[in-house]
Amino acid sequence: MTTAVPVTHAASFPGERPVTMEVVREHNLTAFEWDRIVAMLGRKPTLTELGVFSALWSEHCSYKHSKPVLKRFPTTGPQVIQGPGENAGVLRLPNGWAVAFKIESHNHPSAVEPYQGAATGVGGILRDVFTMGARPVAVLNSLRFGPLTEPRNRYLFAGVVRGVGDYGNCIGVPTLGGEVGFAPGYSGNPLVNAMCVGILREADLATARAHGVGNVLLNVGAKTGRDGIHGASFASEELSEKSEARRPQVQVGDPFTEKLLLEASLELITSKLIVAIQDMGAAGLTSSSAEMAARGGVGVELDTGLVPTREPGMTPYEILLSESQERMLVVAEPHQVAAIQAVCRKWELEATDIGRVTDDGLFRVKHDGLTVVEIPGQPLVDDCPIYTPEAREAPAAAARRKAKPTQPPRAGVDEALEALLDTPSIASKRWVYEQYDSTVQASTMLGPGGDAGVFRVGTEPFALAVSVDCNNRLVALDPYEGGKATVAEAARNVACTGAEPLGVTDCLNFGNPEKPEVFFQFIEACRGISDACRAFGTPVTGGNVSFYNESPTGAVDPTPTIGMVGLLRRAEDRVPSHFRAIGDRIVIVGGSEGALGGSAYWAELCDFFGGAGPTVDLDHEARLQQFLVAVAAARLVRSAHDCSEGGLAVALAEAAIGGPYADRGFGAIVDLRSYAPALHAVQALYGEDHGRVVLSVAPAALPGLRALLTRHGLQGYLAGEVQEPGGDLQIVLPDSVHRWPIDRLRSVYDDAIPRRMREVVSDRAEA
Amino acid sequence: MLRVAVVRFPGSNCDWDAYHAVANAGAEARFVWHRDTDLQQADVVILPGGFSYGDYLRSGAIARFSPVMQAVQRHAAEGGAVLGICNGFQILCEARLLPGALVRNDRLTFVSRPVWVRVERTDTFCTTAYARGTEIRIPVAHGDGCYVADDDTLRMLEAEGRVVLRYIRGENPNGSVADIAGVSNAAGTVVGFMPHPERYADPLTGSDVGAGFFQSIAEWLPGRATRSTP
Repeated sequence: MTTAVPVTHAASFPGERPVTMEVVREHNLTAFEWDRIVAMLGRKPTLTELGVFSALWSEHCSYKHSKPVLKRFPTTGPQVIQGPGENAGVLRLPNGWAVAFKIESHNHPSAVEPYQGAATGVGGILRDVFTMGARPVAVLNSLRFGPLTEPRNRYLFAGVVRGVGDYGNCIGVPTLGGEVGFAPGYSGNPLVNAMCVGILREADLATARAHGVGNVLLNVGAKTGRDGIHGASFASEELSEKSEARRPQVQVGDPFTEKLLLEASLELITSKLIVAIQDMGAAGLTSSSAEMAARGGVGVELDTGLVPTREPGMTPYEILLSESQERMLVVAEPHQVAAIQAVCRKWELEATDIGRVTDDGLFRVKHDGLTVVEIPGQPLVDDCPIYTPEAREAPAAAARRKAKPTQPPRAGVDEALEALLDTPSIASKRWVYEQYDSTVQASTMLGPGGDAGVFRVGTEPFALAVSVDCNNRLVALDPYEGGKATVAEAARNVACTGAEPLGVTDCLNFGNPEKPEVFFQFIEACRGISDACRAFGTPVTGGNVSFYNESPTGAVDPTPTIGMVGLLRRAEDRVPSHFRAIGDRIVIVGGSEGALGGSAYWAELCDFFGGAGPTVDLDHEARLQQFLVAVAAARLVRSAHDCSEGGLAVALAEAAIGGPYADRGFGAIVDLRSYAPALHAVQALYGEDHGRVVLSVAPAALPGLRALLTRHGLQGYLAGEVQEPGGDLQIVLPDSVHRWPIDRLRSVYDDAIPRRMREVVSDRAEA
Repeated sequence: MLRVAVVRFPGSNCDWDAYHAVANAGAEARFVWHRDTDLQQADVVILPGGFSYGDYLRSGAIARFSPVMQAVQRHAAEGGAVLGICNGFQILCEARLLPGALVRNDRLTFVSRPVWVRVERTDTFCTTAYARGTEIRIPVAHGDGCYVADDDTLRMLEAEGRVVLRYIRGENPNGSVADIAGVSNAAGTVVGFMPHPERYADPLTGSDVGAGFFQSIAEWLPGRATRSTP
């Protein structure tokens, strides 16, 4: 709590509305929060000050419902250079290199304006990474929409994909992977999570800590306009019919300016011309300046009258809260200002002196000589009330785990595989990732369409693997196990390429935390994530919480997206996901109990969501990851593919169908009689037990593989053989034999999304 | 050593990729800034891919007016070699150093994927490493890659054998007329194409089938008449 604070004075800006309780409510502040503000200041705030509080005390900036829960994440390890609290987390790599990475949501803006909402989401996350001094080298995204049967969802999906693509493509950062899911719960509230990965020399690491009394604050980049005012508050409320009116609050992106800002920022950082740098993201100038000052334990004084604006007559309130894109706040020693401005000019950017670092600890804003804001800086950032809402599982959620499907499947065992491959959440995402440049920077070793993206770092011998994952159905069913499962899947995906999982960034998308059943999902999912990250030695280095993902139809499925970075020590050891040669043996690692709870099979074929989900054996998962890294380093496998949504049959089909540019899929014969002797066919084929991968192995490598399985205490099953291209996928079970022409499976898998999106042009007219 | 200038416009984003491909092929690569008018005695100029000046107005439309393009025009007029890749090809068309124009892809979306192309002209400074008719698969990544030209121009390009690269196997990714992926001027000294061979110049990153363009450049003897047969 606040102790003795200095007496502060601020005047209303001419023409400002008086601050009434009605105005306070409009600013999304509660009566309790209002009382705390008045107590802190010893007076009523001015309207401009109220705006500042509403931004910094919004859920988005203050983490007021999540802070105590997030504190339980493991955040340390020998590889951690920078944990949570900065613009991005940073992990150590070999040879003096480091990787900076972070994931962030842009859900609400994308719900009302998909193209700009998604584009500026990418822009924001890129800035978070390059303000650390890192050059962005990969982008990933995790997207959720309602079913593609609805025109509105197709419109949102097409707009978001185009927005993500146009921004990243223009900047020249390859999109190396991601995931896209479709479920009814996201209909009114799509999720758009963007992750950026950057590379830097450890010695060039920059921070966002203002220090040095008398140092200059520089506004760098685009001019400030009236767009995005109150974006942070918008992100902190539920979506409703009225949200459409928020459209003008969605920022507009300019990737060209961002590219210039990227180059200028990196040049400023590596030439050591600046003290600190921060993106003006959510809550713009307000949060960037207040947070930089609080981190450095100093005060700041801004003159909003000096900020370059797009139009005359902008008030300090508007300038402070604008979320105009492509802007940076830089702290510099006065004698470096001219050199900084010269670098910015070279990149066609303005760097304007707008304030000073002060020693009085106050966040002070002047405009035309009038002090309009004067707030104690540290309490402004740190004394937002912290809430620990009630957490209670909804009785219906507990009952769901005991339920069973009530209607028979809509198709037989054989047709079910086609139905699953035709499910947009499982099907090929080529329609999406072919709109993203995935090869710019000429470092992509494994692009989208596999388990994880893999890219080189210059001419270094090592490479990095990156993946984003979340099985939202399993989280909804059992948030704790689902949280564990999400981290396990991300780590498994990275390990399948041969990379050792290093660390995590998370984007926690949930509904309204003030509802006990939502807060229960949140704390339980976080507990699961924490336990899994501890077991795998992959600390959480930062991320983002997005609450209030609710539309009039209810909360979204809890969706804690995990972004994982892994280190592949020898780039040439990377392992792709798909079968590669006739005669290779197919080996399944990890056993099955035929877990159908929360499965895609029950969801798609029986229109049923429930049942007891599979539990995650963290010890087994950790050994499996280590095994995958070891077999890759020993060059014993030709492909490795994670088994997840849709179970073993889908994993085998995907491995056989091949990569997006394979001429033809391979046939394969797989005998599961000794693998799953006691299971029903549906369980054996479509059960979603965790901790499993499908490998293809040259026959000569089998002895070496067996030795490593034993060493890691794992069960492997020699189950089959890769056959000629264009053949059948044949699976033999104890009581039945199943056969699918691979060409047929491939065309279903490839066409599932395009055939649903062919109507999108007419949707645009409708929407 | 052969000297290659890689031009950097604000918004270029394949500048380093081209630089590395040139250097790895054994030529000397140097960056030239868009405000410069001195090409530093370059034998070959590369206009790399990206979104020069944000590609506002039209792809390549603003870049053609930049100071460095005056120097590139002079260099080309004197018979110097110029290669434009992707956005560079768009700039060369806008600058009238190559005929035709590049418009929005017929599918109206950005397209990023490897495509099959055939090398049809092998006597230019950047294609001598390939046998005529060689089929290679290299990535494209563009929104405005649909090549168009009037009928007379097309007849001339075909008659003079000036189509350098052509999409094959039904893999035309953008609706380009006659499946044209790249063209040259009459002398073969100015070449532009949409695909990105610099991204497939290393077996670790996809493939090295694109390295031949840069080996051709590194081994090219400036001043040699590049045009043997019409």
